[in-house]
Amino acid sequence: MSAELAEPASKIELPAHIGGGGEIPTFDVTLRVRRYNPEVSEDATWDDFKVTMYGTDRVLDALHKVKWEIDGSVSFRRSCAHGVCGSDAMRINGRNRLACKTLLKDLDTSKPITVEPIKGLPVEKDLIVDMEPFFQSFREVMPFLINKGHEPTKERLQSAEDRERFDDTTKCILCAACTSSCPVFWTDGQYFGPAAIVNAHRFIFDSRDDAGDMRLEILNDKEGVWRCRTTFNCSEACPRGIQVTQAIAEVKQAILSRKI
Amino acid sequence: MTATQIQSPRSGKPGAGLIAPKYRRTGGSRGNFEMAAWLFMRLSGVVLVVLIFGHLFVNLLVGEGIHAIDFGFVAGKWADPFWQFWDLAMLWLAMLHGTNGVRTIINDYAEKDSTRLWLKTVLYAATTVIIILGTLVIFTFNPCPLDANGVPLPGGFCPAP
Repeated sequence: MSAELAEPASKIELPAHIGGGGEIPTFDVTLRVRRYNPEVSEDATWDDFKVTMYGTDRVLDALHKVKWEIDGSVSFRRSCAHGVCGSDAMRINGRNRLACKTLLKDLDTSKPITVEPIKGLPVEKDLIVDMEPFFQSFREVMPFLINKGHEPTKERLQSAEDRERFDDTTKCILCAACTSSCPVFWTDGQYFGPAAIVNAHRFIFDSRDDAGDMRLEILNDKEGVWRCRTTFNCSEACPRGIQVTQAIAEVKQAILSRKI
Repeated sequence: MTATQIQSPRSGKPGAGLIAPKYRRTGGSRGNFEMAAWLFMRLSGVVLVVLIFGHLFVNLLVGEGIHAIDFGFVAGKWADPFWQFWDLAMLWLAMLHGTNGVRTIINDYAEKDSTRLWLKTVLYAATTVIIILGTLVIFTFNPCPLDANGVPLPGGFCPAP
């Protein structure tokens, strides 16, 4: 039908190299997933999945594609899928990352992308680990406000400077990327681990909290802060960019200055 | 109706939600030993830098430098209480610094309790022997030992009296 109108030209002239049509490039990636199922075998194996992904996709999207379209038995945790809930920490190409914050285009897609469960915690199935030891350490540092004074009728006020003191450590999402990247934790599961110390730091340096001494005493344990070897794996692994090693160092100094 | 309790897999054998023994913190040593060890490493490290570079400077650079080093040179140094103290401090600090470092490495890498115990036993025994022997040498060193008749023992380092 000749009555059909031609689409009007765009009002904005886009240069050719931007390729304004919205066509997102696709590429093939091989996802090499660490598989473990204790009901089948005690040994873990590698499974390769070849998937076609878009330039905007993340490792989590590739895992979804595998689970939804190729092999439904692939197991992993994820909840919000946007880097907030901290469920999908895993070892991607040997580094602890959140699958939902790692873009495929930032990885070397010419080689298989390895995806393993985080190290140091017991694997339950495929990419799912038992987080209970991790949370036990978290609970032991009492990650809640303890205030001995009278409860105020309004909110507990704090100056901007006092708030700034522990701002970095409030960002923790408890994904366990730091603790499971720590070589000390790999061999010594009793070590409190970076995440517990970060969350203790958040209250130790909070001017509204009164139980800093108790937390420092807990972390003065032989499995506490002195176990840290400052390898900076935790700072490198943190998806929220928390300066974990620095926080641990500040807790060490707080214990020292309190004892001496 | 009784609720079926589902154990969280692989975490502790009996009971649900238990933490595997590997992760259970046993008998917290509440003392300040680990803190003291940590602090000692840093302080002794700083002092050792001064002691060791001072040692190297005096032995290798001053005067004739490396060509002056012989038995007599060492004997001369140990005749001076200042160098006796210097070398003693260097021996003790270096040994304890090194021992604590190796103790840390053993704690980090030994996975079995028995391995850890044995490695540490060997380490502490070696440290004790070396520190005692070294201290003894520094304080009892005699460049011209005499035999029972008052005659210098063979060796030829000391001029005949």
